[in-house]
Amino acid sequence: MTSREGPDPNGNQVANLSRIFEGQEKMMTPLTEAELSDVIAGAKGPLRIQGGGTRDIGAPVQGEVLSTAGLSGVTLYEPGALTLVAVAGTPLADIEDTLAVEGQRLAFEPVDHRGLLGTTGTSTIGGVVAGNISGPRRIQVGACRDSLLGVRFVDGAGRVLKNGGRVMKNVTGYDLVKLMAGSWGTLGVLTEVSLKVQALPEAVGCVLINGLSDEDAVAAMSAALGSPFDVSGAAHAPSGVDGHPVTMIRIEGLEASVAYRAAKLTDVLARFGGEVSVERDADKVAVGWAWVRDVAAMQGGAGDVWRISVKPSDGPEVVEKLRALYADLRVLYDWGGGLVWVQVPAGTDVRSVAFEGHATLIRSSRETRASLPVFHPEPAPLATLSQGLRAKFDPRGILNPGLMG
Amino acid sequence: MDMPTPNPEVLAKKARIVARLKEVLPADAVISDEVEVRAYECDALTAYRCPPLAAVLPASTEEVAAVLKVCHAENVPVVPRGAGTSLAGGSMPTADSIILGVARMTEVLETDYENRFIRVQTGRTNLSVSGAVEEEGFFYAPDPSSQLACAIAGNIAMNSGGAHCLKYGVTTNNLMGVTMVTMEGEIVEIGGAYLDAGGLDLLGVICGSEGQLGVVTEATLRILHKPEGARPVLMGFDSNEVAGQCVSDIIKAGILPVAIEFMDRPCIRATEAFAGAGYPDCEALLIVEVEGSDEEIDAQLERILAIARAHSPVELRESTSADESARIWLGRKSAFGAMGQINDYMCLDGTIPVSQLPYVLRRIGELSKDYGLDVGNVFHAGDGNMHPLILFDANKPGDLEKCEAFGADILRLCVEVGGCLTGEHGVGIEKRDLMVDQYLPEDLDIQMAVKDVFDPKWLLNPAKVFPLASSEARRMAAE
Ligand SMILES: Cc1cc2nc3c(=O)[nH]c(=O)nc-3n(C[C@H](O)[C@H](O)[C@H](O)COP(=O)(O)OP(=O)(O)OC[C@H]3O[C@@H](n4cnc5c(N)ncnc54)[C@H](O)[C@@H]3O)c2cc1C
Ligand SMILES: Cc1cc2nc3c(=O)[nH]c(=O)nc-3n(C[C@H](O)[C@H](O)[C@H](O)COP(=O)(O)OP(=O)(O)OC[C@H]3O[C@@H](n4cnc5c(N)ncnc54)[C@H](O)[C@@H]3O)c2cc1C
Repeated sequence: MTSREGPDPNGNQVANLSRIFEGQEKMMTPLTEAELSDVIAGAKGPLRIQGGGTRDIGAPVQGEVLSTAGLSGVTLYEPGALTLVAVAGTPLADIEDTLAVEGQRLAFEPVDHRGLLGTTGTSTIGGVVAGNISGPRRIQVGACRDSLLGVRFVDGAGRVLKNGGRVMKNVTGYDLVKLMAGSWGTLGVLTEVSLKVQALPEAVGCVLINGLSDEDAVAAMSAALGSPFDVSGAAHAPSGVDGHPVTMIRIEGLEASVAYRAAKLTDVLARFGGEVSVERDADKVAVGWAWVRDVAAMQGGAGDVWRISVKPSDGPEVVEKLRALYADLRVLYDWGGGLVWVQVPAGTDVRSVAFEGHATLIRSSRETRASLPVFHPEPAPLATLSQGLRAKFDPRGILNPGLMG
Repeated sequence: MDMPTPNPEVLAKKARIVARLKEVLPADAVISDEVEVRAYECDALTAYRCPPLAAVLPASTEEVAAVLKVCHAENVPVVPRGAGTSLAGGSMPTADSIILGVARMTEVLETDYENRFIRVQTGRTNLSVSGAVEEEGFFYAPDPSSQLACAIAGNIAMNSGGAHCLKYGVTTNNLMGVTMVTMEGEIVEIGGAYLDAGGLDLLGVICGSEGQLGVVTEATLRILHKPEGARPVLMGFDSNEVAGQCVSDIIKAGILPVAIEFMDRPCIRATEAFAGAGYPDCEALLIVEVEGSDEEIDAQLERILAIARAHSPVELRESTSADESARIWLGRKSAFGAMGQINDYMCLDGTIPVSQLPYVLRRIGELSKDYGLDVGNVFHAGDGNMHPLILFDANKPGDLEKCEAFGADILRLCVEVGGCLTGEHGVGIEKRDLMVDQYLPEDLDIQMAVKDVFDPKWLLNPAKVFPLASSEARRMAAE
């Protein structure tokens, strides 16, 4: 291997840079990785990286918009090896459709936040990876970063780089794949990602418990997650679809397994009080988990939405402290209690309550995002390391500058 | 194997360095006697050895920090060491380096079943982490074959895998947080008992960084409840192609076994002669293991066996008892030992896309003829992580070199078909010079730039991972 030939599904198109003007904003939409590299190398000022542009979150970034929408397509898909490689601007929906044909899916269950954020547009796989966006199944199969096998990206100097590959096990050199996941376009613009995918389960089921307090719910979820019954989702809504507390434990697999484990979990969970039932209708289970995944309970609401990552058993305590401050707090626990979504009055920093973990401001006004740190402030030594890495990957500080703080 | 020329300045001030180390550590934790340091001259890649300047065995994170401060001030390279089972030369010292061993740091600091994690000092062995939570029915999932000996420290540094990682992932997927000491002696906490990073995923980079970014002293690890049961089946096929196709079909069918292990004919013969597990004499053999309750296992195996039958196996053996299960695994588990019985061997670790299996095995067979060295293949087929074992005679002049050249050709082949040089053992010194076959100079440069950030003086395990020519400017600048 001597030269860097990029993924170029549009290779037959004229390799010139398309410039789209949208309102006031100039948007650059390179059609190939090489063009993207030229744009970045030649950039005179900051760039705002956009995938599908479904999100205007994070600390507001000033800069010319650089869109990956022109880089689209699945470059390789081997269902028998559970691997898919796609160019970063590929719509997430296209990838999900491609996988569905072979009875497969992305294991990490990416969240669709358009409802929560009131945005429209098409999520791209690059945007999902850049944000390490992971849904309820994170507790069983890991985050987006755990499904990510390899990346190609263009760094802030315009260099086209690669790390990882398309095989499941790879420890060749440093793992920059994980670093790029969740770097929100501040270290480089992803051009191609390889992902490990998962077979769709034959059957699903959900054990439901009604009426638990937050604390009992987390204890119940811990019992389920600490059982041998391979739970793929554990969430608790203090105020569910019908306004009452509901705890949801999901199981997926072969029909015989799901039936067996649903029964076993029902036994395990009986001791927590609440009224236990089992939902076996696949459509209803899917709707319920999409409701959790997309934080439907906070869609259309007023106020800011935060995502708090804590040790599961700490969740209820953090919530209790926040409730004492904000009477109309809205809460959703996912990841067995380890992920707490809260809706608080606009302009509130939930980090005024002390906890071990981190909180990210997901929905709020641009003013708030400009004044409060959107991402959790890091302890000084880590902040120094992160700053050091940014300076190496993006020496001119032009990629989404300031987005992560 | 080329290693950098030891820094003469460091060699010259050995006495002073040792004296300073003794100021910050108990006397018995500093080993500087020329004979005693030989205990640290190599890891499990025994073909290469070099005694270090000295070795230290701190007992706490604070002592590690104190040692690193001294070494940083004195410009002494430091090679972190867990149990020394690396197969890549990852913990092999240079003459001007200090071995920093975490073998005395073996405490369990916290176990939390409700939140499903354990926090340990990293000198603890992999198996004893599972051992610490076994009574409650829990285990730590990554299970390298070396788990009785290897330490969590080395597992994190190499991002080690194991037989069951098809289902449970490798170290990085089970690591939640670390306490790490930087080369400057600063103690940092990254991650913890909660999931994912609030900022950049530094933990993700540290895992697998082969002791080059910091010394990891404590780790928060995810623990899981053990499955109710597990059962293997054994399948024999008369060609590698058919066995490879069967693997692919099982995966495609949406069944996720915990392990799919593959052995080829040379390996089957060797293990039969050695362990007598009663394996069929065939071209290729698969061991597929599934987990769950008895009913669940039956349901999964029914599917798997149906798929296997469609590929006309020469043998299909379902275990009906614990004893039979043990016998099915016996041959696989003794494969390395069996090959070692025949001869010296070198164990490779490349990964390939599963679809390339038949081609790669055929090419390895051809290369084996060209080089005149026998090779047996045993590997984790579910994820394409191959372990070709090349047999050679260490006493025969030139045989080791021939074996290394053969190994390099196999690894290049892995890269050529879309795979990589190492799936779980790491680069160390062993695959350092092959990095240019997988990565372009700029890809290596950005990785080295990460080291620049964590270890600007390039003192931590500096002669590993990157080809010496690529890292030379950085190492020299630091000296
Ligand atoms: C602070 C923050 C928190 C969020 N939290 C969540 C969450 O918890 N769950 C969730 O589902 N969604 C969350 N989102 C929204 C998330 O961005 C979208 O779900 C997803 O990224 C949509 O993809 P997109 O293509 O529309 O991306 P965009 O909205 O266009 O981009 C998302 C982010 O990724 C960057 N980016 C996009 N493409 C690339 C690329 N190719 N290379 C490098 N960087 C790129 C963008 O600069 C931007 O920072 C969050 C967004 C932000 C800013
Ligand atoms: C018979 C045998 C079977 C094996 N089977 C497997 C297998 O199935 N899967 C697998 O993945 N590997 C396997 N290995 C390889 C080896 O066991 C692993 O790489 C293991 O993780 C090394 O752990 P260790 O504690 O012995 O590390 P060491 O050999 O001591 O060190 C390994 C690397 O880690 C670094 N390091 C050590 N301690 C620290 C620390 N505290 N902080 C930072 N860096 C540190 C070292 O500098 C070195 O680069 C096998 C080895 C043998 C001999």
